[in-house]
Amino acid sequence: MSAIDITLKTAANEHPIDHLLRADRLPHILCPGCGIGTVIHGYAHAIAASGIPEDNHVCVSGIGCSGRAAGYVNVDSYHSTHGRALPFALGIAVHRPELKVTVISGDGDLSAIGGNHLIHAARRNVDLTVICINNFNYGMTGGQVGPTTPIGARGTTAPEGAVEAPFNLPYLAKATGAVFVARWTILHVREFQDAVLRAMQKKGFCFIEVLAPCPTSFGKSNKIGDGLHEVEIYRERCRIENGAANIEDFDIDLVDETKPIVVGNFVDIERKIFQAHKR
Amino acid sequence: MNESREKIARQPMDLHMAQVPRGEVHVIAERCKECGLCINYCPTDVLVYTEDINARGYRYPTVAEGKETSCVHCRFCDLICPELAIFTLEVSDHG
Repeated sequence: MSAIDITLKTAANEHPIDHLLRADRLPHILCPGCGIGTVIHGYAHAIAASGIPEDNHVCVSGIGCSGRAAGYVNVDSYHSTHGRALPFALGIAVHRPELKVTVISGDGDLSAIGGNHLIHAARRNVDLTVICINNFNYGMTGGQVGPTTPIGARGTTAPEGAVEAPFNLPYLAKATGAVFVARWTILHVREFQDAVLRAMQKKGFCFIEVLAPCPTSFGKSNKIGDGLHEVEIYRERCRIENGAANIEDFDIDLVDETKPIVVGNFVDIERKIFQAHKR
Repeated sequence: MNESREKIARQPMDLHMAQVPRGEVHVIAERCKECGLCINYCPTDVLVYTEDINARGYRYPTVAEGKETSCVHCRFCDLICPELAIFTLEVSDHG
């Protein structure tokens, strides 16, 4: 895949990608060290590189810190109710197939309250790009344990460590029928942007999980001092396995330091997409 | 953590022929929240924290003394910055 490059323009206090963001709202509300800003930034770069006019991009987000994404991108966007980002996006994608709908939401929104919508949107193979920002907990509400919290990792509702087996989101997406499945971290900025670009150019349900640090909630409970520390853990433990077939083995274990965090573009297949029948 | 990292894993054979691009770092100080990602992951260690603070009380990055021409315009600081507070522009003179 080609590296993303955009035309740069010079200005003193203006970032070259500011025209795709609501720059008057920056600096954003997110905590120092939070990875969601990097994901929004990467999404903006992918829009610029996609060649699809900005007016044809739609961003839908759910509830949570990552739900703020829809408020910071300068394309048509909607901040939906909790867990319902996917049904809302499905409606747009089916009724207006010429639009490129991207859902940016968190692990809690997409896999917990919206888990049912996730598996059925993947089963139907709706033409959507889903960017799931996984920070391993419910960050906005104070660090409660969620469906992606690794076994042994602490949260405010599990001070002795989580005991439930977490979701392996890429495996879930693959098993339910997604045509493009990837997992990256915010450290893999170029790979992540290429994955989003690939998903935008592809027809069908594309699912990209991005691991992002949450120093304020997850980090505080797990002795991870700041965002930089968590990104350093990704740098030390990530292993890239593009096209790997055994993604059921790629559970994330943040406690056992010998287990790698496997990232990569895992699935890229073709399947009939769900669309409205013409009368 | 910086000390243990190997900067170049192997020496390319055509290294003496390679044209290294040069970049110029621009920082939007008021957006910075001092997360340190750009400073820590700059491959040529161009950036350091300022002594100064911005309106919110964060120390933002600036170019280190003696590193004014060391930026290679890899754009990693730009791409990883969660606040969109830093970017590099390519300058053409190869000095």
